[in-house]
Formats: sequence, structure tokens, C-alpha cells
Amino acid sequence: MAISEVTVRDAELLAIDEINAAGGVLGKKLEPVVEDGASDWPTFAEKATKLIAQDKVATVFGGWTSASRKAMLPVFEKRKALLWYPVQYEGLESSPYIFYTGATTNQQIVPGLDYLKEKGKKKLFLVGSDYVFPRTANKIIKAYAAANGMEVLGEEYTPLGHTEYSTLVNKIVEAKPDAVFNTLNGDSNVAFFKQLKSTGISADQMPVMSVSVAEEEVKGIGVDNVAGHLVAWNYYQTTDTPANEKFVAAFKAKYGADKVTSDPMEAGYNAVYLWAEAAKKAGTTEVEAVKKAAGGVSLDRPEGKVTIDGDNQHVYKTARIGVVQQDGQIKEVWNSGEPIKPDPYLRTYPWAGGLV
Amino acid sequence: MTALTVSRRVLSGRWQGPAAFTAVAVLALVVAPLLLEPFRLGLLAKYLCYAIVALGIGLAWGQGGMLTLGQGVFFGLGGYAMGMYLKLNDAGGDLPDFMVWSGVEKLPALWKPFGNPVFALAMVVVLPVAVALLLGTLVFRQRVRGAYFAILTQALAAALVILLVGQQGLTGGTNGLTNFFDFFGRDVAADETQRGLYLLVAVVLGALYLGARQLVRSRFGRLLLAVRDGEDRVRFLGYDPATVKTLTFAVSAGMAGIAGALFVPVVGIISPALLGVVPSLELVVAVAVGGRFALAGAVLGAVVMGYARTYFSEELPDAWLYLQGALFVLVMTLAPKGIAGLAANVVRRREARA
Repeated sequence: MAISEVTVRDAELLAIDEINAAGGVLGKKLEPVVEDGASDWPTFAEKATKLIAQDKVATVFGGWTSASRKAMLPVFEKRKALLWYPVQYEGLESSPYIFYTGATTNQQIVPGLDYLKEKGKKKLFLVGSDYVFPRTANKIIKAYAAANGMEVLGEEYTPLGHTEYSTLVNKIVEAKPDAVFNTLNGDSNVAFFKQLKSTGISADQMPVMSVSVAEEEVKGIGVDNVAGHLVAWNYYQTTDTPANEKFVAAFKAKYGADKVTSDPMEAGYNAVYLWAEAAKKAGTTEVEAVKKAAGGVSLDRPEGKVTIDGDNQHVYKTARIGVVQQDGQIKEVWNSGEPIKPDPYLRTYPWAGGLV
Repeated sequence: MTALTVSRRVLSGRWQGPAAFTAVAVLALVVAPLLLEPFRLGLLAKYLCYAIVALGIGLAWGQGGMLTLGQGVFFGLGGYAMGMYLKLNDAGGDLPDFMVWSGVEKLPALWKPFGNPVFALAMVVVLPVAVALLLGTLVFRQRVRGAYFAILTQALAAALVILLVGQQGLTGGTNGLTNFFDFFGRDVAADETQRGLYLLVAVVLGALYLGARQLVRSRFGRLLLAVRDGEDRVRFLGYDPATVKTLTFAVSAGMAGIAGALFVPVVGIISPALLGVVPSLELVVAVAVGGRFALAGAVLGAVVMGYARTYFSEELPDAWLYLQGALFVLVMTLAPKGIAGLAANVVRRREARA
């Protein structure tokens, strides 16, 4: 299991412990069965099948990349079982057997662009890893830019896991954008931010807006390299809610004081609570009943109020823009004020008309 | 004559091979479908798909000395040919789902012929064989061999992955092709379809194994061994080693293509992650574990490594990769010729005692 996935699993196990300590669901204790997808898409499908067919689990929490979700989707649809997917993703999907507790594009990418526009950043450079999420995100960004008088100076992709960024950073420096929109994944961020730092251009002059860099990744990149740059998420460890105070304290108590919490972890943690609430409401863990009961379930979570949209099985989430601080934490500088209704197909955005 | 002496005679005589083959065939075709639940049978079908690729590697590497680190390429070509047909068939005249969300508006010309099942099934074999013939002709004529050939095949695997990932609208990108419904008129996810597919994979593997065995025992096979052990001498004797190697390489590529095509309905996905450098290497490792000098060893290795992967990852989700690696190191240290080499030693020792 990759490091980021381990942290989500830990957060989900914490939620299960907490729910069990409070009496379980419908008078029964939850019993977790953990399987490793090994960052390998068919393995995700294989393990999902095992959990459903052999272990006969009530529901599954998991998945990391979009590809892992796409590989599992037919398994859940054909076996009419339930998956809770905890990661922000590229939208354009709404499976009847998946609940999406991470952000879709209009709760992360679009607010990120709104923020850049508000700050007067008109010229953008797009950098991403070569897979579905960055390519789709950049399509949305280009449509947004065209409709909002912004200009995209360049769009570059590197293979997943790529760590040589001198050429790319030189290209960016020469293009002189006002801001960079970064959809790089994982370790590539380390190399990218190091290289960018070495050019001497400060985060104030040319901020990088990242959508896959959270507290966990900041540690890996090195705070010095990324401090001052922007990120777009729905939750930070510093988010000021009573539920978050409890979550952070409980997580550190269980896994160690040096651990951080991050957006995907919180989305996974929420997923367990949302499912439990829906099951309680339905009076059963039977899939169709839980699905029906889930619409409108609303809870105060660490990120604030979250509500399940019964139509597309996504979640209302508050968008939050943050700046990476010297201590590795992320300070919120803007939020959407209220939870944004999920719109995975961007149907309510006129400028996105040509996309889907 | 007691039963024991009969069985010993069968085991050591010239009936040893056919007896073992029949026993394995009965196990695979009768016992396994009766004993295993559908989920486990599906996994076994997947291991057998890999075993078909391994058989090809055993032929090219074990018999022909061509260390191919890029069989994933041929596996992928076969898999995508099948996947494209299934995707078009499911779409029923519309665009396949991933094209819609990748912003493709018209079916690309490359895809059109794959709507025809006959064409697609032919391509499963034709594409890998053609690529292997082309590569083999270019490379073996230039007398490229050993590590250089290995590196070249590996580079090919890496390049194909980059190509597939970059062309999201055409190939589904990193996601690959997934979510198939109909397999030649049957619901691909249904238990009976999966059981039928398992039997199909097992029969194909058995047939290809017999074919490969026949090839190895033929004059061509002896020539292949001679090329492996002394290519220059074979050339001085007036044979053309390049042709022998190219043909063998093409046969192994065709096998990988067939395996890829069977893999798609069995597992339900074909994606770049399945045919890159790492999966290609894993298959070579499996062949090494099973024993590369015996075709049966290659097949056994793929099944053992596949099963080990599932078993370890289910029992120890946190440590299974280390165990998988340890298994490889252990086998290679204790039995450099793999499990098959170990078994051959045992048989030889017993015969020496008798």
C-alpha cells in the first residue's frame, strides 16, 4: 500500500473504532477486513470481488487513483455492492453503486481558479502527470480560462513518477506566467518544487496552485521548497471546527503525535460515518436500502457540514484555498462560505458546455 | 506386479510425460471447477493466462536464450485488440464510454475495423506476431543479443506504455479499457460465463503447451537449442540463426497475444499498468522460479507466483510484497534452475538409486 493510501486506511479504521466504541451500527460492531490494491488496477478489482463475494462485507471503503476506481466500478455495479471512494477526482462519473466523499471538480478545481482570478492572475501555466485526472482537470481549466479572460501559456505532462524537471521548469520560467496550476501526482512534486525553488522565483511572484499536495505530501516535498505556495482542498488539519479538534486529537492519540491529517484521510473518515448514518436511517445494511436512505444524510464533520446529494451520490463540500506554512501546516486564506452542491458533470456552469 | 511398481514404471518410463500431462489436465478441467468457488476459479483462470505468456517466455528464453523483458507488449496488443472489440460491441454503435469523457466526438479510424469480431480476433495473433517478426528481423540480423536484446525489449514495453497513456481519447489512458458487459452473446460477469472462460483458458494453455513441446522436440527445436548454446557454430554449419530466433520470438509473441485476449474477459480490464516493464519482469521472474529450461516449469512458475501473490496479499496486506520477493530470492538461491530443475534432480537421484 502506498503511503498516502495507508493514512486513509488508518483514518477509516479510526472511524470504525469510534463507531464501535459508541455501540456500533444497528446494535452490531463493525469488523474491518483490510485488503491491499497494490497500486495495481486489476488487483483492486480482484480484492473488491473477494471482499464482496467471499467476505460478504456490508460495504467497501477504498480506492486511490481514478484508474483504481474505474477498475472497481464494474465489480460493484455487477454485484450490486457499495463502494465509498474518498479521493478528490476528475468528475464526469456517477455510478449508482459508488458514493464519492472527496471533491468533484466544481468543489476544488473551479474554486481554485476563482481564487486565482480574484487575485488578478491572468496568465496560467499547466503542469500535470500524464493520466486521467490532470488531463481532464486541464480541459476544464482551459474552458474556464477562455470564458474568464485568462490565458493558458502552456500545458505540459510528465509520466507518473517522473523526477526530472529542469527542462519543464525552464519552460515555465521563460513563459513568465502569473501562476502555475499543478496537477502532478506523488513524488514528482518533490522534484518539481525543488527545481522551481532553485530558480529563485518566489511563491509571491509566481504562486503554484496544487490540487494533489496535502499535509502528508508537504512533509515529503520539504517545507522549504513548497512554503508560500497555494493548495485547493476541502479540509486542512488546521480547519477550525469542533469535530476537527476531536479528529486530530484522536488520530494522534492512536497513531502518534507526529502524524498529520489531510483531506483524503478526512474524506475516508467521513465516509465511514456517512455510511453508518445511512445504515441507521435505513434500519439495515442492505445495499439498496442504504442507498435510498443516504440521500440527504447530513453530518457535522471535521471539514464542516457535509450532506449527501441523493441524485449523484456525491457530497456537498466547502471549498478551501490554503497557503503552505513554514511549519508544514496549511493556513486557510479563502473558503466558499457554504458547502458547494456537487456537480460532477459541470452542468450548471455555462462555460463548461462543450466539455461533456 | 504391485500397484506400486506399476506406478513407478509409469513415472520413470516413456509414459511419464503423457501421464503427468493427463493428471494435470484432469485436475485443471474436472477437479478445479468442481472444488473451487467462482471467485477462486476466476483467479486460477487469470494465473493460467499468465502461464500462457510464461510458456512463450520459456520457449524464447529457456530454449532459445533470448531474454525477453517486454512480453507485456505482445500481451497488451492481444488484450487491446480484444478489449476494443468488446468495447465497441457494448457501445452498440455509440462511442465507447471513455471516449465520451475524453472529449472524442467521432470514432477514430483506428477503432473502426475492431468492431468486426473476426478482424479483432485475427489481430490478437497477427499484431504481436507482426511486431515480433519486424523487431526480430531488424535485431537478430544485426546480431544483437544478450543484454542488448533484453534492454531493447524492455524499452519497447516502456515506450508502449507512454504511448497508450498519452493517447487518452484513443486508448483510455492510464485507466485502460474496462467495464465490459457482453462477451459473444453472454453476460461476461455471470458465473457460467466465467466458468466457460476458465475452461477455454485451460484448454488453450494445454494445446499451446503440446504445440510448444512438439516444436522443441522437432529438428527446429534442436536447432534452437544449438543457437542458444553456440550461435556462431550454428552459423558456420550453414544455418541462419537469425531466422530461427525470429520465428521463435514470433511464436512466443503470438502466445502472449492470445493470453492477453483471454485475460480481458476473465479479469475485465486491460490497461497500460498490465503491460509495462514491471509486469513483463514479473513474468520473467515467474519463469525463473518455475524453471526456465523446462516448458512445464515456466507454466508452473506463473501459477505458483500468481497464487503466492494472492495468498500473501490476502494474509498479510502490509508485508506481502516482501514475502513475494523473498520467495524469488529463496528459490533462486536454493534452486538456480527453478522448481522444475529441483524436481528433475529428485527424479534423477531416485533413478540412480533404483
